[in-house]
Amino acid sequence: MKLDTSGLESAAPVWGAPSELVDGFSVAPSFEVPNTTDFDGFQKEAIQMVKPAKGTTTLAFIFKEGVMVAADSRASMGGYISSQSVKKIIEINPYMLGTMAGGAADCQFWHRNLGIKCRLHELANKRRISVTGASKLLANILYSYRGMGLSVGTMIAGWDETGPGLYYVDSEGGRLKGMRFSVGSGSPYAYGVLDNGYRYDMSVEEAAELARRAIYHATFRDGASGGVASVYYVGPNGWKKLSGDDVGELHYKYYPVMPSTVEQEMVEVAGA
Amino acid sequence: MARYDRAITVFSPDGHLFQVEYALEAVRKGNAAVGVRGTDNVVLGVEKKSAAKLQDSRSARKIVSLDDHVALACAGLKADARVLINRARIECQSHRLTVEDPVTVEYITRYIAGLQQKYTQSGGVRPFGLSTLIVGFDPYTGVPSLYQTDPSGTFSAWKANATGRNSNSMREFLEKNYKETSGQETVKLAIRALLEVVESGGKTIEVAVMTKEHGLRQLEEAEIDAIVAEIEAEKVAAEAAKKAPATPKET
Repeated sequence: MKLDTSGLESAAPVWGAPSELVDGFSVAPSFEVPNTTDFDGFQKEAIQMVKPAKGTTTLAFIFKEGVMVAADSRASMGGYISSQSVKKIIEINPYMLGTMAGGAADCQFWHRNLGIKCRLHELANKRRISVTGASKLLANILYSYRGMGLSVGTMIAGWDETGPGLYYVDSEGGRLKGMRFSVGSGSPYAYGVLDNGYRYDMSVEEAAELARRAIYHATFRDGASGGVASVYYVGPNGWKKLSGDDVGELHYKYYPVMPSTVEQEMVEVAGA
Repeated sequence: MARYDRAITVFSPDGHLFQVEYALEAVRKGNAAVGVRGTDNVVLGVEKKSAAKLQDSRSARKIVSLDDHVALACAGLKADARVLINRARIECQSHRLTVEDPVTVEYITRYIAGLQQKYTQSGGVRPFGLSTLIVGFDPYTGVPSLYQTDPSGTFSAWKANATGRNSNSMREFLEKNYKETSGQETVKLAIRALLEVVESGGKTIEVAVMTKEHGLRQLEEAEIDAIVAEIEAEKVAAEAAKKAPATPKET
């Protein structure tokens, strides 16, 4: 017996014809399944093809002054670095950021879609959507596409009436609320530095430096992360990009080359 | 799904939707309902038809809650009301599920009004024959609100309003006597408006008060009787003061 969910529908679908009164419930998106002898195996293969794309390091954490969000900018295809300048922090709206890990197209499209939904919510309800609400909208959408090959591992960070908010949302449909997250192949390295240096009562500069360091260390050890370490801060007045430093330069900033003492010095001889 | 060839709600040559207007007639025949917004509470009052001796009056409650912080009273076809109320209750919970926040009074009013409008523009259905008075507190700002919807699907916010039988007289009374009140004064104002058109007594009036702290509270018969008695006493005192020889009033 099918559960009658007709009551759960929203009153006015944006695209549907208004004369469609008894609409049952919205059909889940689907595509045609290819004819193979072993579909499960085929599906696993397809997912494996997309999986390595989570070569990245992104992190975000909540502290006293707000939320700090940071990410690298490298895109890799196997051993080939396809780009060193990918924008992995997506600006959903002036007070909410999303990070990109996984399929770049998936992340960009769904974050843009989320931005549209957030704006519509604002217009309809005359108030901004909360970070909780926005992350839930995204999580519900991703859950409805579960098993269809979307690859999204994102963090939604923002500031709303209840203060700073940070949620981790992924394409499996999971959604977690937390104070510190790092996503991507470089995340273990980032966590090491982040968890070690984290204090709730940090100033904005200290937090930015911690985030920058964590990304740098991840890019140092993880081959799939690199490029530019971008750091964004989300405060009561919205987000602000604090810095974007090339990790190569950061390396020499943290570990400058020390002129070492030598036993014998070559001396410049005049003439000869 | 079978489609009807002809929509039942069609425009008349002079731009009226007769089905909607007939629905408004049905509302005018329904029991009187009044809503008054105070600074810290909102009060709903509904005329109760005298219950049959064998009827369990508690099963025929006319003021219902849609969520912890939103309540509704209506005038018109009660069976239509049941359907609308159920859909509204589901929407309140659905909203909590999708955005992890309770609905605002404006949101749920907009939803109910949208639903009522849908039924004026679809094939094979008739409009809902009821107007609703929706009260509640905004979950974020804590501000009390009172909204009214009608069969055409329009809605607006009010400081005080009435619907159903003799709503015009009640509204006139409210326009003359409305002022910003709080607590018990708001309850009294609502009951006074209702008493303009209903015979007095706890048996013929159902009153509920919505406060931020305690949610919806239905007043007991005895409480209503007590307030009615107070109002009667005040009326008598006012008449006496008018008839008394002109003496300088003491402030």
